[in-house]
Amino acid sequence: MKTKLEELLQNGPVVISLGVREFAESLQDQGVEVVHVDWSPPAGGDAEMAELLDKLL
Amino acid sequence: MATGYTIKRNQYFDSVFLMQVAKRLSEEPGIEQVAALMGTEKNKGLLAKIGFENAEISSAAANDLIIALKGKSPSTIEVILENLDAWLFRKPVGVTKAVSRTLDEALARQPHANLAVVSLPGEYAAGEARRALERGLNVFLFSSNVPVEDELSLKQYARERGLIVMGPDCGTAIIAGVGIGFANVVRPGPIGVIGSTGTGLQEFTSLVHQGGSGISHAIGTGSGDLSDAIGGISTLSALQALEADPQTNVVAVLSKPPGAKTLPLLVERLNRCRKPVVACFLGIRKYPSENDIGFETARTLDEAATLATQLATGKPVVRTGVGSQQVQALVAKERAGMAPEQKYIRGIFAGGTFCYQAQQVMREAGLVVYSNAPLDGMLSLADPLRSEAHTLVDMGAEMFTEGRPHPMIDATLRRERILAEAQHPQVAVLLLDFILGYNASPDPVGDLLETIAEAKLTASQRGGYLSVVASVCGTETDPQNLREQTRALEEGGVVVLPSSAQTALFSRTLALSL
Repeated sequence: MKTKLEELLQNGPVVISLGVREFAESLQDQGVEVVHVDWSPPAGGDAEMAELLDKLL
Repeated sequence: MATGYTIKRNQYFDSVFLMQVAKRLSEEPGIEQVAALMGTEKNKGLLAKIGFENAEISSAAANDLIIALKGKSPSTIEVILENLDAWLFRKPVGVTKAVSRTLDEALARQPHANLAVVSLPGEYAAGEARRALERGLNVFLFSSNVPVEDELSLKQYARERGLIVMGPDCGTAIIAGVGIGFANVVRPGPIGVIGSTGTGLQEFTSLVHQGGSGISHAIGTGSGDLSDAIGGISTLSALQALEADPQTNVVAVLSKPPGAKTLPLLVERLNRCRKPVVACFLGIRKYPSENDIGFETARTLDEAATLATQLATGKPVVRTGVGSQQVQALVAKERAGMAPEQKYIRGIFAGGTFCYQAQQVMREAGLVVYSNAPLDGMLSLADPLRSEAHTLVDMGAEMFTEGRPHPMIDATLRRERILAEAQHPQVAVLLLDFILGYNASPDPVGDLLETIAEAKLTASQRGGYLSVVASVCGTETDPQNLREQTRALEEGGVVVLPSSAQTALFSRTLALSL
């Protein structure tokens, strides 16, 4: 059975992009299926709250 | 001097975009200094250093945008701050208008996704990468500043599930012909390459393309993968996958010297590889058991690309390089106009691996150089901002890139440094690299041409001659076009050689002849 990495190499990437938008755009320009996440820091950027949420979820 | 700032609450922008906004704003008439930052503690510290500090700024959080300006008049600043939305506009990515705010929302829209490309601030990157792995996605982790214990746990988790984490601090990959991050447009072909060095992978894949062969996959592993703390987890996973991959006939592995404990394990694994292997561990002095190496080894990226191409095609590679007679003639020509006091090389690199490789080339001839990122046996610059004797500087090092775009995107710092070097009468050779490909500057050579001309003029007005030696990493199919970039440099009086290793070798020969 193929691993997920082997499948990636065989089928080519289908991408979820988080962060720098140019990376998503350059993938899109190459005809890659990509969904860009309009990401923002969890819990409004409150690091302690984010950590707490991470543990709960 | 007038100052002003605005805080836009709950508007998150990535740092690359904000650097571009800051650069555009700083080019406005009457504007002298710009900061466009998210309100993290670290960024608020940076703002305080340039005089923006009060209770309102302190109250900003990591998803509040702060734009701070200094300029000639209050009205100039006011006009910009009132029209900020126009400066912050960007077209949406994707054909549909729906916006995904989380990984899970995006996965609901794209359930067949097999790779997450994560380029978030370091403190959030590991969490999102872990979430992606848990959902069965491979991860390309561009972010740096991810703690080593997080890297280890992500990679162990991935390995158990047949996934890979490329990174953290992974700048480039080519998967089945698709360039991710900073990647060059290269021909598909039978050579698979694994690398913990970003510019190393770019140079290798570009040189393979120029040598007439092509790339099946180029898998970045992140700069720390072959350290003893990580033990090469991603490198080994990638090797196993390339071994199984029907498109790959030859495997290359590129890195700086692996950790002392990791190296013998890697050598042992490479010896067992069912496909021909070329390894290039830049800067390495000795393999653990040289008699037992069952694969090809290369000293430079150039040599690695040539060996891999020969293995893949069964034919010798004919490079458009400079033969030794031509080198001697070119050295004589470049030396002819120099003043007697000119003797030093100054390498001002955008690519960290090129800086590293150039030091190795110098070391092989017993030439000692200073660097801000010294190779074993070389000297550390007391002040990275000031060169001494022969100096090779990695301008992509963290101290130069904190809060600024990488020199592959923005040439400002390289421009300033080149002009500073030209002021020193003892400088003979300026050694440069230019990196093409996706996400790099749209015109890397154009960004520096005027500066190079000015530097050359400074030397000639003093009665000397500044030799400028450069390589361009890329292909004629890159958006910036290798041929056009090379031609522009040659028209500017620059000696252009086909690889970064060759520029180091040429500079060395020239310096030793002085």
